[in-house]
Amino acid sequence: MNRKTLLTLGGVTIVLALISLWMGQQAYTWFPPQAAAEAQLVDDLFSFLVTLGTFIFLGVVGALTYAVLFQRVGRYDFSDGPPIEGNITLEVVWTAIPIVLVIWIAGYSYQIYDQMSILGPMEHVHMGMATAEAAPLSSADQSVERIEVRSRQWAWEFYYPEQQVTSTELHLPNNRRVKLVLQSADVLHGFFVPAFRVKQDIIPGRVIDFEFTPIREGTYRLRDSQYSGTYFAAMQADVVVESPAAYHQWLTAAAAQTPTAAANPAFEEYNRTTKAAINPGWKTVIPAPPPIVNYSAQDSSAKDKPV
Amino acid sequence: MTDSSLEVIPAQTEQPLPDAPDNWKRFFSFSTDHKVIGIQYIVTSFFFFLVGGIFAMIIRGELITPEADLLDRPVYNAMFTMHGTVMLFLWTFPVLVGLSNYLVPLMIGARDMAFPRLNAAAFWMVPVFGVILMASFLVPGGPSQSGWWAYPPVSLQNPTGNLITGQVLWILAVAISGVSSIMGAINFVTTIVRMRAPGMTWFRMPVFVWTVLSAQIIQLFGLPALTAGAVMLLLDITVGTSFFDPAKGGDPVLFQHFFWFYSHPAVYVIILPVFGIFSEIFPVYARKPLFGYKVVAISSLVITGLSGLVWVHHMFASGTPGWMRMLFMFSTMLISVPTGIKVFAWVATIWGGKLRLDTPMLFGLGGMVMFVFAGITGIMLASVPIDIHVNNTYFVVGHFHYVIYGAVVMGVYAAFYHWFPKMTGRMYSEGLGKLHFVLTLIGTNLNFFPMHPLGLQGMPRRVASYDPEFAFWNVLASLGAFLLGMSTLPFILNMIGSWVQGKPAPGNPWRAIGLEWLVSSPPPVENFEEIPVVVAEPYGYGKQEPLIATDVHSLEASS
Repeated sequence: MNRKTLLTLGGVTIVLALISLWMGQQAYTWFPPQAAAEAQLVDDLFSFLVTLGTFIFLGVVGALTYAVLFQRVGRYDFSDGPPIEGNITLEVVWTAIPIVLVIWIAGYSYQIYDQMSILGPMEHVHMGMATAEAAPLSSADQSVERIEVRSRQWAWEFYYPEQQVTSTELHLPNNRRVKLVLQSADVLHGFFVPAFRVKQDIIPGRVIDFEFTPIREGTYRLRDSQYSGTYFAAMQADVVVESPAAYHQWLTAAAAQTPTAAANPAFEEYNRTTKAAINPGWKTVIPAPPPIVNYSAQDSSAKDKPV
Repeated sequence: MTDSSLEVIPAQTEQPLPDAPDNWKRFFSFSTDHKVIGIQYIVTSFFFFLVGGIFAMIIRGELITPEADLLDRPVYNAMFTMHGTVMLFLWTFPVLVGLSNYLVPLMIGARDMAFPRLNAAAFWMVPVFGVILMASFLVPGGPSQSGWWAYPPVSLQNPTGNLITGQVLWILAVAISGVSSIMGAINFVTTIVRMRAPGMTWFRMPVFVWTVLSAQIIQLFGLPALTAGAVMLLLDITVGTSFFDPAKGGDPVLFQHFFWFYSHPAVYVIILPVFGIFSEIFPVYARKPLFGYKVVAISSLVITGLSGLVWVHHMFASGTPGWMRMLFMFSTMLISVPTGIKVFAWVATIWGGKLRLDTPMLFGLGGMVMFVFAGITGIMLASVPIDIHVNNTYFVVGHFHYVIYGAVVMGVYAAFYHWFPKMTGRMYSEGLGKLHFVLTLIGTNLNFFPMHPLGLQGMPRRVASYDPEFAFWNVLASLGAFLLGMSTLPFILNMIGSWVQGKPAPGNPWRAIGLEWLVSSPPPVENFEEIPVVVAEPYGYGKQEPLIATDVHSLEASS
């Protein structure tokens, strides 16, 4: 390679690298707010992969674009290109680089996963046998009770065993490690709060421990992430992260309320559509009746928009 | 008396079966000619592509607004279930089997497939299970509404209480599809191993043949797992066994293993022949040999091997312990090495060539670029921490459709245009082809790119309604879907119009190298008057060397 080619290649590499780094920074804006400690870790990893991916994508597409623009043949030119069948050095290089990259990405992902496990979201009771409990952040966090998450077609219900409070809105104290116990009464459901970047399928017949650490006050959306049948899309709930003081205040106030039937979109929609005079629709699984809870979520459209 | 009748018969026995018609009627007969069967597969599957496309447009019609307003929720759920099932089992699998059926015997210098009757039987099962699947719209309770994964316990729920439900018909259709695919796989592997022309050693086989072999091996080891899972599911539904029903002590996660053990490798069954198509097309339109031919050929088999070790990456958010997540993360990422080799080899093939941007080359280039994009999001999905966030969101749907529409459908279109003159003996219209390409390229990106930001923001897949914050990207995706629907019109017009009254095609309109280009367009029954003797590697562009021996004596003299 002569000097000019090397300089051009070097220049192109630097430009692509700068664009890729910029893309990597942009990646942070594509997510919901970072409302849990896990979110920061996931976003860092994603930003790294966006940087790397942008570089590779622009490299490949750039080369192709150059070829398409400048290496086209004239209409009546029926000659062939140079009969180059391969280049051992080049082929070794482009096999070795992906292998190195894969080891790098897998190692970095493992590291992030490991840190997330220290924060505790990923381990759960597997096949009835408890896996090693992750180390808690500090002794103060141990005071946080285990909140039961009960899922069924198609309602979320949360149970706080110490105060014996039931709710259709999940309230969590900020900056505390939260321990959830996930249960399903019927089919697979998925516990997914996009702002926390955590997700776990809930498998009927198993009790699954799930942990994470909210770090930002606000109202977020919990969605069912594993398809659960007819009213799957309607199975959502609000998650309220508030200061520990406000959280305890809410618990006390909720404990004082008498249980009432909560609003339940799936059940209401089912009754509305099947009680019509003519119902030509296909027969579906009948939704479970609305949960009877101490605290029932307000109409979410009336409040600040959750994220 | 008898002599005179004998004189008449030989003139008519051009067909492999004495009574087979040689006009358009042969496409509706139990023909055993691999070329007829290939076109039967392609046309049948394209019909179902349109059906699945209409389902997709209905889905996108529902999703153009946040509320569930266009369809009842059960109808919406049936739509996405049937869209996925039709597109996989009635479009991508059979269309690639069709292309392979047409091309493999021609490319390896064989007169037909190894088992012609088995071949015809495998094809005729496609319309049968297509009809069974469509019939599920007519049973009480409607078609299956459990998604194309059919995960229990949702797939076990039977609100109608009937024995014959949409779900049961779905399992039946998938099982017949599996039998048909296994029959096809046996045929392809035998044909490629046993029936190559003299001189066609392994490293003189075109890469398309390598990829078909790699893909069909996957069918042989993978399909039994899916079939076993489907039979257990059927028993659970119909006679009340409890393999997967947690209420009776079964394990729903077990089904996920059965399902993905086949259904992830199945993606490679679909993408590998498309890699083959890219490898065939780029050398022709760049006028250069395929860069690193042997490595590209071998990397197909490497993908086949790795594909059996990656299925758990679909279950990272399921009941999967940490060690399993890490192991399958690594094995999944390793797939990027052989695929990366192929991509770099294609770029090196095109680089410095004499490019001619005919429609097949345009579709090939477009498909390759979108595959690179899909590969990058694929690495992101393989990384466990990221997958935990985007698992079961639209990010996965976006990634998957960049593979399956961006790369596979674009690649299949490239193949249609490239081999259309060979199959029909007519040239297609370049203008309509380019219009088709532009519409497809814009439609694909408009439809599927918005799914990535939606997934990152946390919109789950399979929802009939969603929060209003997701509306913007969903409107764009829906417009893209309608555009993709429209994009098939110039294609259909081009194919039918050109087949009826296109300019007659010469034997080798692209000046391409390959045994299929040495015979007339369309090739005669039994393909080769005399089986050719191959003397060179398949991509000798710029080398001025013959591909086959001109007569047997010259081969003997040279060796």
